[in-house]
Amino acid sequence: MIPPEDRIEQRSCITGIGQSQIGRRLHRNPLDLTLEACLAAIEDAGLTTADIDGLSTYPGMQVGNPGFNGASATDVHDALRLELDWFDSGIETAGQLGSVIKACLAVGAGLANHVLCFRSVWEGSAQGSGGRGGIGSENGPGFRASGMLQWTLPFAAPSAAIWLALVANCHFHRYGTTREQLAQIALNGRRNAGLNPDAIYRTPMSMEDYFAARMISSPFCLFDCDVPCDGATAVVVSRRERARDLRRPPVRVEAVGTALRGRPSWDQFDDLAAMANRDAAAHMWTRTELKPADVDVAQLYDGFSFLALSWIEALGFCKVGEGGPFIEGGGRIAREGELPLNTHGGQLSAGRLHGYGFLHEAVVQLRGDGGERQVAGSPEVAVAAAGGGPTSGCLLLTR
Amino acid sequence: MPVPFRILPRLDDLNRPFWQGGGSGELTFLTCPACDRIQHPPQPLCAFCHARGLVPRAVSGRARVAAVTVNYQNWMPGPELPYAVAIVEIDEDPSVRLTTNIVGCPAADVTIGMPVQVVFEHHPDPHGDVWLPLFEPAATPTDSGRRVSLSPAGGVA
Ligand SMILES: [Zn+2]
Repeated sequence: MIPPEDRIEQRSCITGIGQSQIGRRLHRNPLDLTLEACLAAIEDAGLTTADIDGLSTYPGMQVGNPGFNGASATDVHDALRLELDWFDSGIETAGQLGSVIKACLAVGAGLANHVLCFRSVWEGSAQGSGGRGGIGSENGPGFRASGMLQWTLPFAAPSAAIWLALVANCHFHRYGTTREQLAQIALNGRRNAGLNPDAIYRTPMSMEDYFAARMISSPFCLFDCDVPCDGATAVVVSRRERARDLRRPPVRVEAVGTALRGRPSWDQFDDLAAMANRDAAAHMWTRTELKPADVDVAQLYDGFSFLALSWIEALGFCKVGEGGPFIEGGGRIAREGELPLNTHGGQLSAGRLHGYGFLHEAVVQLRGDGGERQVAGSPEVAVAAAGGGPTSGCLLLTR
Repeated sequence: MPVPFRILPRLDDLNRPFWQGGGSGELTFLTCPACDRIQHPPQPLCAFCHARGLVPRAVSGRARVAAVTVNYQNWMPGPELPYAVAIVEIDEDPSVRLTTNIVGCPAADVTIGMPVQVVFEHHPDPHGDVWLPLFEPAATPTDSGRRVSLSPAGGVA
């Protein structure tokens, strides 16, 4: 265990959250969407742009799939004329929420007082209405794969759907997990999305609908894969001393997890039925006295349905290998169950906001702002986790 | 069967032995001259003892399927759908894994633990020819008698 005085993330709070308009294909300028979310989060905190002295984002300037990144740190820094004491961006970090974790550490270390963190995507508009292209498909015939991608693209495996289907199938094979069990992640998300006016897909989904969907890469069907969309999410991370008199009650950061002990690779990780979330989650629990049983609401990354199941195991809500039986029937993870999961609909139904949507929803629930979808009993402890494969980070939050 | 469209790797001094080993019919890895461990993906020095001067070494080409998925989605031009993408562990060191395609049998027939053997798909290329190591069901079971490593440690069985 890390001594309490060394857990500097506990000196940070989340004081503001904001989201832009979210839609399947908005055809809006992605920087405009990003700034809409940023300004909403700053206003939510009761701050102005003059108060913001830190900035953090994922992935920053980076070439990925079309629409993967709506704005860089520099774009927002300049557009809002921020005067910064600390800023950071990058994709080589503890998942999408690694950018928020770094902000917590920066305020904990006294480098900044109020860090604006954001994640912005416009994959819906950028990728158009045709089928989803593989990584590299936008390049011409002269394209040659290098780095990590040379080990997958030549074998017609140009998507995380395939890389993670391999992991899911190992889990199925070793532990007897079934598609009927996995379906509960998608069905639960859709049920919750029905109560979230900002979710993309809200019409009810049945088990029959799930099994009627076309297969993408076994065991994943279409409904196991998240929905590319346009939208941005922002949060303000503040020093605890500066959080007390702000507009909304602060949400405390209790612990963060960033570890990656296995090889940083999709196919060379030591355990083919597990992922980096095993390490990040275990790491988080070394930085708090709280236990998995203390968690009232879980917002766990579901870029693919299996990832949420994997996070449930990694975080210790059940034993490794027992995630299938744990979610079977969907009762435990329902809004009224023992571990309400992805109460906004997750990325499967609310849209692929890429990690930050889970943190946003965790704060909504801890504040009691969930409206129709609010979890009963005034939840006090939430976990927000993001990432799959070698990319993982998580935060434990309390009121 | 016609050779399908493939995105090819960009060749460099480190990866050339792997991607061109098929030209002589052999699955080839950089191997440590000091401790004999295979380094994959290739890197400038041994990950285990940090020795330099890694040398190409051919292995048997026998492997076991450690993970498999049947892909139905048309991501881009490529093999005929559906096709099997697998992670195989090579017999000489099951901690060495390759993501690859299993050919020579219906995609749905590929199972975890299945013994396979390498078969090369030759792609002439002005940047340097590439031989992609694909795998097909082994004609005869491998003689090692080794069970596929599915333990959490993933180590040598
Ligand atoms: Zn060595």
